[in-house]
Amino acid sequence: MQLLSVQNLCKNYDKFRLKDVSFSLDAGYIMGFIGPNGAGKTTTLKAMMGLVKKDGGRVFVMGRDFDEHEMDLKQHIGFSLGGVDYYAKIPLRRITSVVRRFYASWDDEAYRRYIRRFELDEDKRPTELSGGMRVKYALALALSHNARLLLLAEPTSGLDPVARDDLLELFQELIEDGERSILFSTHITSDLEKCADYITYIENGRIVESRARDELLAAYRVVKGTPEQYSAVSPRLISAKKHAFGFTGLMRTEDVRPEDGLAAEAPALEDIMIYHARKENGNEEPAV
Amino acid sequence: MNIVISGASDKPIYQQLFDQISSQIIKGELPKGYCLPPIRTVAKELRISVITVKKAWEELERAGFIETMVGRGCFVAPLKPAELADKRDSLAADKLKKDIEYYKSLGLSLEELLELVKRYYSEE
Repeated sequence: MQLLSVQNLCKNYDKFRLKDVSFSLDAGYIMGFIGPNGAGKTTTLKAMMGLVKKDGGRVFVMGRDFDEHEMDLKQHIGFSLGGVDYYAKIPLRRITSVVRRFYASWDDEAYRRYIRRFELDEDKRPTELSGGMRVKYALALALSHNARLLLLAEPTSGLDPVARDDLLELFQELIEDGERSILFSTHITSDLEKCADYITYIENGRIVESRARDELLAAYRVVKGTPEQYSAVSPRLISAKKHAFGFTGLMRTEDVRPEDGLAAEAPALEDIMIYHARKENGNEEPAV
Repeated sequence: MNIVISGASDKPIYQQLFDQISSQIIKGELPKGYCLPPIRTVAKELRISVITVKKAWEELERAGFIETMVGRGCFVAPLKPAELADKRDSLAADKLKKDIEYYKSLGLSLEELLELVKRYYSEE
């Protein structure tokens, strides 16, 4: 079942534009939303949820148009822009008592369970919580109204490796029953090497890739060669870094030819991001 | 069922799953009718993506090692010993074909290669 479908989402600012952002996500999967700083990750999430007015495009959640059924569909969505940042000086207990009123299907028992499991102290205020705890509190709220779709902006940023690992493990647990999906933005690509099923890669407001992670990784090769080889293959390179003794670059797997004699290896997500970003910065002026 | 995933290996993770499970089936460690754990549980336990496990299971099914029964899960296929031996041989043949290309590129003759195989087979 398709939980989320974003179609041709557009948003225009003076110096930045989201252009025809489209991707979709089935129930039961984790999608990592990656891209350099300022590529439009958070703007996309905000425009999807109507927090900023979109200038074009449609968003479907559980097959229904978000604009037409916003109030109802929000019941099924857990949305967090990096932990709870509203009501920063009010104890969690009181925040919860306000939030729960918005949700018809609020499950207090589930809420208690997550509070215990995440070892959250309800007498504390958001300002007194660590980054990881704030994300967990946001998740506890989302899960207590039984959200099917979790949209999380940078949930792992600012967390130490232990807290990050803990959170990613929780994500995998949450999708295990095949009912929920998680879309989370991050610029820490190593978060996604293990758990993400799909990757959507945005750059300068445009979606460059959106597909299964393993498929994405298989579609590219990091290639290395000598300066002489560079001139022969450069039209086929996405971009490359030259150094005194040769070059390292990124190529689509279908463009790699054995007769080139290049060393070709599997890329990390980071390589795909870095070389695409170089292309964007090097070969053309950002279209603003 | 035992699985050890290596992040440092050149082998894709789905291939590691395929290799380990198929060899456990061939050696009889996973008997026919054995019910494999659900894909989503395997993904969660091994901390790998659901799609990776799916792909491994699909390959195992295509190769005839397991069968899917809708609504009930995946089971080790009821293979006769002769069929298992065939599958073992064809897996070995696939690997061998690739390796032989390499030996040829080194200029080894069949006799020289067989000599090496004999010398090292019983070592280790």
